[in-house]
Amino acid sequence: MAKTTRTTKKEKDEILSEALDLDTDGFGKSAASSEVVLDLKDLQTHFTTRWGTVKAVDGVSYNVKRGETLGVVGESGSGKSVSALSIMRLVPSPPGEIVSGEVILNGRDLLKLSEKEMTSVRGGEISMILQDPMQALNPVFTIENQVGEAIKIHQGLRGKVLVDKVVDSLKKVRIPAPDTRAKDYPHQLSGGMRQRVVGAIGISSAPSVIIADEPTTSLDVTIQAAYLRLLRQIQQEEGVGIIFITHDFGIVAKMCDRVAVMYAGRIVELSDVRTIFNSPLHEYTKALIESVPKLEEKTGRLPQIEGQPPLLHNLPPGDAFAPRSPLEFTEEDASIRPELCEVEPGHWVQLCRSSVQNFDKYKHLIGNAA
Amino acid sequence: MITGKRKKLLNVNSLRVHYPVTGGIFFPKETGRVRAVDGISFDIAPGETFSLVGESGSGKSTVAKSIVGLLGNMYGDVEFDGTNISTCSSNELMNIRRQIGFVFQDPYGSLNPRMRVGDIIGEPLKVHKLYGEDEDFRKKINDLLNIVGLNPNFAERFPHEFSGGQRQRISIARAIATNPDLVILDEPVSALDVSIQAQVLNLLIDLQDKFNVAYLFISHDLSVVRHISDRVGVMYMGKIIELGKTDEIFFNPYHPYTKALLSAIPEPDPDVELKRERIILSGELPGYLNPPSGCHFHPRCPISTPDCSNLRPEIKNIHKSNHFVACIKVEGY
Repeated sequence: MAKTTRTTKKEKDEILSEALDLDTDGFGKSAASSEVVLDLKDLQTHFTTRWGTVKAVDGVSYNVKRGETLGVVGESGSGKSVSALSIMRLVPSPPGEIVSGEVILNGRDLLKLSEKEMTSVRGGEISMILQDPMQALNPVFTIENQVGEAIKIHQGLRGKVLVDKVVDSLKKVRIPAPDTRAKDYPHQLSGGMRQRVVGAIGISSAPSVIIADEPTTSLDVTIQAAYLRLLRQIQQEEGVGIIFITHDFGIVAKMCDRVAVMYAGRIVELSDVRTIFNSPLHEYTKALIESVPKLEEKTGRLPQIEGQPPLLHNLPPGDAFAPRSPLEFTEEDASIRPELCEVEPGHWVQLCRSSVQNFDKYKHLIGNAA
Repeated sequence: MITGKRKKLLNVNSLRVHYPVTGGIFFPKETGRVRAVDGISFDIAPGETFSLVGESGSGKSTVAKSIVGLLGNMYGDVEFDGTNISTCSSNELMNIRRQIGFVFQDPYGSLNPRMRVGDIIGEPLKVHKLYGEDEDFRKKINDLLNIVGLNPNFAERFPHEFSGGQRQRISIARAIATNPDLVILDEPVSALDVSIQAQVLNLLIDLQDKFNVAYLFISHDLSVVRHISDRVGVMYMGKIIELGKTDEIFFNPYHPYTKALLSAIPEPDPDVELKRERIILSGELPGYLNPPSGCHFHPRCPISTPDCSNLRPEIKNIHKSNHFVACIKVEGY
């Protein structure tokens, strides 16, 4: 019995490795290395509102390695975008404030830099691709102007060299006829092409990390497929680390090496992509994956998560997911603030009886975490 | 064209919506036409869910709006329960609109921020003079709120107090207020988070079981469509290019565009994702002013031949299986 299961697992691995070899269009193969480029430690970003303090990011830690894609998933209001904005120090203040934590990029803590130093980091060492390419581009300047602006600021190039570099960047994102396209205005390009231009600005200064905040939400599926493939190809060529913020589990399965699942400003589970999909431990991760309609499976009623996402200015003191959790637990269990613990190498889960099945199995880990 | 002896609630026959493009400032002259919907036909039976899928700009929403007579420039026949929408009197049109509910995509833009939820839901009841301002009216609103899973006390609140999912429930309550036979759902879950999306889809399935209402479901999300529909029509540049039962479309697609569309959806499972065959289309949707000759899809099609740029394929029932395709390269076409 045990033997047969082992062989089937082996067979499964073989099929997978075959698929990896066959994969010629740039997906699947991971370019991840073990060198950490960006390290987030216990980041807390709070907003002061008239209803009280909103802990949008409440103690988030993750890291990104060179050539790796880290997916950050969660529902709206879970703090995934605010954590990315905090890395760039773009949180509007007031009302926002980065209360504590460290953001270490290539050995420097970004939160301790002066505003002037930070300006050279933004768009230089870290760049950002936003959701809506029409809002990210200025309608009254040409593509050449806008891609060139980033290069001029960060590399100090001028004249003919600058134009060459712009065309070169556009070539990298596979824009057809880049030298004529550079003279166009944003409205002359389609949505997919505009998003590529934003990508060209992003990679023009050879950043260590790209933050992609739902870059394909405004694109159609067929355009999205081409864009994701391009992003992965660029990653392999440049070895850049990508933080990919999304709510689409399909994209996570396709793009990411590791995944952080966020709920109410905290990470509830963090692991490599296969573990997240095949053996998730936190009830929220499980429910989130189950509630996505799948093409391969039929149909009828979907498993749903009861209730609404919590209000961030009025969070329960302990486990924020407890009111929606299907497990049985006492009120006391839910009132303990859960800790993120490493249950297996590389697999981190926020442990608490109210949201993790077989909690007793992992109970001894609490308190040992770094 | 799409025939059968079954009873039809809605019958759309070669519907076209063309917008003239004019040039000249003082004496505008028609210089071209945007054929947003260009000759599409389908029908919906009572209690059935029919879905239209396609990328943005393929004409799905235009079809939905023209069915309830919200658009001019409309040609062709739309029959609802035996009455032709384009030729009937305004009284009859009013009567038809009572039998068709409409849920829009944006739960923020489709509810009047100055009206209380009870008034929003009750407005169709008042417009169609089904209820006066009395005890029955308030009872009906409480019932409707209960049906869509909201607390009846919410009737006194304003839309801004609700989340996206709750607002979409309010929209659904408004759409079913007049006991319609058909509800048109224009991307009802696109703006919602996944966990909320599942709740709203389940609500729609439950309502259909309870009231035997038919749905025209419009979406770009094929995995959602697969869950909810009985039959599916795939649109490309104002035409239906493939139409059939849901399982037929998803497991036995014939048209190369349908195949590409299906393969472009990322599946939420990394192992499945690795093994899937992927067709990535080159280029983007061409402009409507100068659509490609012949089959509109041929410039992006992976299997196109020179014939494809000359012949305009009509949609045909192939293998007599009620699976309709418009592609000359499909065997049996």
